[in-house]
Amino acid sequence: MRGESVFPQLEQLLPLISKPIQYVGGELGAVVKPWESATVRWVLSYPDAYEVGLPNQGVQILYEVLNEREDVLAERTYAVWPDLEKLMREHDVPQFTVDSHRAVGDFDLFGLSFSTELGYTNMLTELSLAKIPLLAADRDESHPIVVAGGHAAFNPEPIADFIDAAVLGDGEEAVLEITDIVAAWKREGSPGGRDEILLRLAKTESVYVPRFYDVDYLADGRIQRVVPNRPGVPFRVHKRTTMDLDAWPYPKKPLVPLAETVHERFAVEIFRGCTRGCRFCQAGMITRPVRERSITTVAQMVHEGLEFSGFTEVGLLSLSSADHSEIGDICSGLADQYQGTNVSLSLPSTRVDAFNIDLAQELSRNGRRTGLTFAPEGGSERIRKVINKMVTEEDLIRTVTTAYSNGWRQVKLYFMCGLPTETDEDVLQIARLAHNVIKSGRQATGSKDIRCTVSIGGFVPKPHTPFQWAAMERPEVIDGRLKALKNEINSDRSLGRAIGFRYHDGEPSLIEGLLARGDRRVGAVIRKVWEEGGRFDGWSEHFSYRRWVDACAEVLPGFGVDLDWFTTREREQSEVLPWDHLDSGLDKDWLWQDWQDALTEYEQDDCRWTPCFDCGVCPSMDTQIQIGPTGRKLLPITPVNTGLRVPAGA
Amino acid sequence: MGRTKNQPEGGQAPVVQRVRVRYAKRGPLRFTSHRDFARAVERAIHRAGVPIAFSQGFTPHPKISFASAAPTGVASEAEYLELGLRERVEPEALCKALDAALSPGLDVLEAVEVHTAGSLADRITASRWRIELPGVSDDQLSTAVAAFVAQSEVLVERLTKQGRRTFDTRDAVAAIEAVPSQTSPPGVVATAPCAILDLVVRQVTPSVRPDDVLSGLRVVADLEPSAPHSLRSARATRLAQGTLTPQGEIVDPLEADRDPVAIGER
Repeated sequence: MRGESVFPQLEQLLPLISKPIQYVGGELGAVVKPWESATVRWVLSYPDAYEVGLPNQGVQILYEVLNEREDVLAERTYAVWPDLEKLMREHDVPQFTVDSHRAVGDFDLFGLSFSTELGYTNMLTELSLAKIPLLAADRDESHPIVVAGGHAAFNPEPIADFIDAAVLGDGEEAVLEITDIVAAWKREGSPGGRDEILLRLAKTESVYVPRFYDVDYLADGRIQRVVPNRPGVPFRVHKRTTMDLDAWPYPKKPLVPLAETVHERFAVEIFRGCTRGCRFCQAGMITRPVRERSITTVAQMVHEGLEFSGFTEVGLLSLSSADHSEIGDICSGLADQYQGTNVSLSLPSTRVDAFNIDLAQELSRNGRRTGLTFAPEGGSERIRKVINKMVTEEDLIRTVTTAYSNGWRQVKLYFMCGLPTETDEDVLQIARLAHNVIKSGRQATGSKDIRCTVSIGGFVPKPHTPFQWAAMERPEVIDGRLKALKNEINSDRSLGRAIGFRYHDGEPSLIEGLLARGDRRVGAVIRKVWEEGGRFDGWSEHFSYRRWVDACAEVLPGFGVDLDWFTTREREQSEVLPWDHLDSGLDKDWLWQDWQDALTEYEQDDCRWTPCFDCGVCPSMDTQIQIGPTGRKLLPITPVNTGLRVPAGA
Repeated sequence: MGRTKNQPEGGQAPVVQRVRVRYAKRGPLRFTSHRDFARAVERAIHRAGVPIAFSQGFTPHPKISFASAAPTGVASEAEYLELGLRERVEPEALCKALDAALSPGLDVLEAVEVHTAGSLADRITASRWRIELPGVSDDQLSTAVAAFVAQSEVLVERLTKQGRRTFDTRDAVAAIEAVPSQTSPPGVVATAPCAILDLVVRQVTPSVRPDDVLSGLRVVADLEPSAPHSLRSARATRLAQGTLTPQGEIVDPLEADRDPVAIGER
């Protein structure tokens, strides 16, 4: 029977595996509804381990928005670790939801959120355990409609064969619209089957259905064109933008797991979008324009979320939190309200600016002082101009010195390696910068007890950014630069001792680059890797570079292309990119101009404070910047503790 | 400049009341590890508005202490913890508030104010367990129990944090009995046999867990369930914890505080 719990079968396996608690659900905030009570049933997945997937904001928001509707039921599923996967196959237990342990294959819609492309192999595991055919073309009416979302859905071409649809952009309203369309179609008796419902979704122009588009290739391997193969299907699919975040104050009831997860806190998104214009940053490009949540809504969400969840840590999230027009009042107001309690507040994404130290001071009033992280991203002034990260060395030194003078003994500096036009010298400059940070810090504090950690991530060019045309650097060049940088940092032993150095090697980034800018031909590589055992590719202990390289070598020559063609090859202006028919609102000519500006080291200012630079998003999406200040202030609240909360009727 | 380490202003409010709580771990949530449970309780205390006291120092910790917790995967009707409070509360109200703040399956059953001396741990010397063994017949189990009881020592091996250890399971077992399976609970598939073991084990070091006793039964009588079952999928429940009387009864650790007048000591 559909919707039946598979827990009795699963339960037999749980004593045999590690951390069984991650598979039993029971979270606060979880919603369990009778199967028959709903017309439309969604299963949502963040295809990674529970400990990473559960805190994901996107899934939590959609879960709550959907479950608020009486005729809708939404449950969650996550990637199971290989120990359980093996047992599930042996004992014929299907992929299940953690809420009611229902089989994933029983639902109407299966939504997967991808914030990274390295989750693609896990999607195949989930599909296969759910007994859903891997290829969308092999599915029939009995199978869920598989919908991809999240940032990676802005180029879903590498997984086009495996998904039925993709949604670009904000999900809050999109999931409700899809629900309505599916509900209406089901009420009519599901006319025309799977084809008909997909067509109805495609006609909205905001749901991408890959099967309704044909891709033609040129003899040299490049794409000739991508065109609809059906009347009524739009040439381009547009991203969704939720305006007025005050009207969407989710999550209201955050999920509080029993198992330990990577973020043990209540997160409030204080604004969405970013127009700082960092050229490597896909998130900043595809989430425009900036839409702030007002100071009063933020405070109310914090208050209600803490009361509901019992969390003692609050994260004020966004792409660059200090840029909120009323961040000063938010921080001091919340610090006032929670003074003397055990609640700690944090501002995870901050830029290099002394103002941030003031904010951090306010937030650490309750005694707990978390680390400070700054992201200059590039080691030299020159490369920072290329990436449009407008931070001077003086800014950085001043900011970090202020932090040390105010009692922080440890700061973390984040950089990228492998950026376009990067030379060995640009990377070695990171060492000089770190040395100067320690020297100035020692001078300012008179103490040797200060440290900094240099953390390096690999650059991956992403679709819908000015760097979408850029060539990636080869992993061995990256690894060579990182080795040289390490030596340079330790060239002065006194300074080197105070500097920690963390980095990832270049190989996983190259594969991420393949998946980020790949086209439909890359799907065969993903499938091959998965068949060879590829799982949890975002985890270094599970990732195998060899497996990906071998799969590329086996599959891609048949198409006349190879791994290098997708990664280390620079694209020309005229080339049709695999995601050109997917509209993020960014004008391709503007992106190209910004790419040219990068090469001439020309900086682009933020449109919140300078005139519009015509990136194209607002006019094409009919949106506008929504920022304060509202001028409102937070009032002091009476201490949170007002005695025991005994439930009524207990 | 040389800043001194930041210290919190003032001290923490003192403990004015101690309350001991009995709780259950049921159904799927029996897979909650002790660490997971400790975190959940801390959050539930905040949600429920329990005026918990904190330890002194730069990183104050809430005053919660746990008595020996059942292993992960083992259900329990008798787990205990103690709370130090900075304000007095009605124990019954605390019981309801805390229960409502925890997920169903982690159920707070009783709360009692502490009037007497002696720690929780001092009052726990033994546990009673009930173990369901799918794939094992009543006869099979009775034979194994008889063989176990006939021995004076039953050595088993277990992988501990200190490495592989061998220890005796026989001496810690105060009572062991095969219960006729007519009493088997609903939900157990009728076609497969499911024997039930009733077990009283003393608290000893190294601790003897219910699965160790099952290993013991395997050692003395080759007890092995029919496929596809295994001893590892046996379902154990702790029914009681407390002081073992010479008569073989288990007195629960809250008993002494339930009626302070009758005890007559403060």
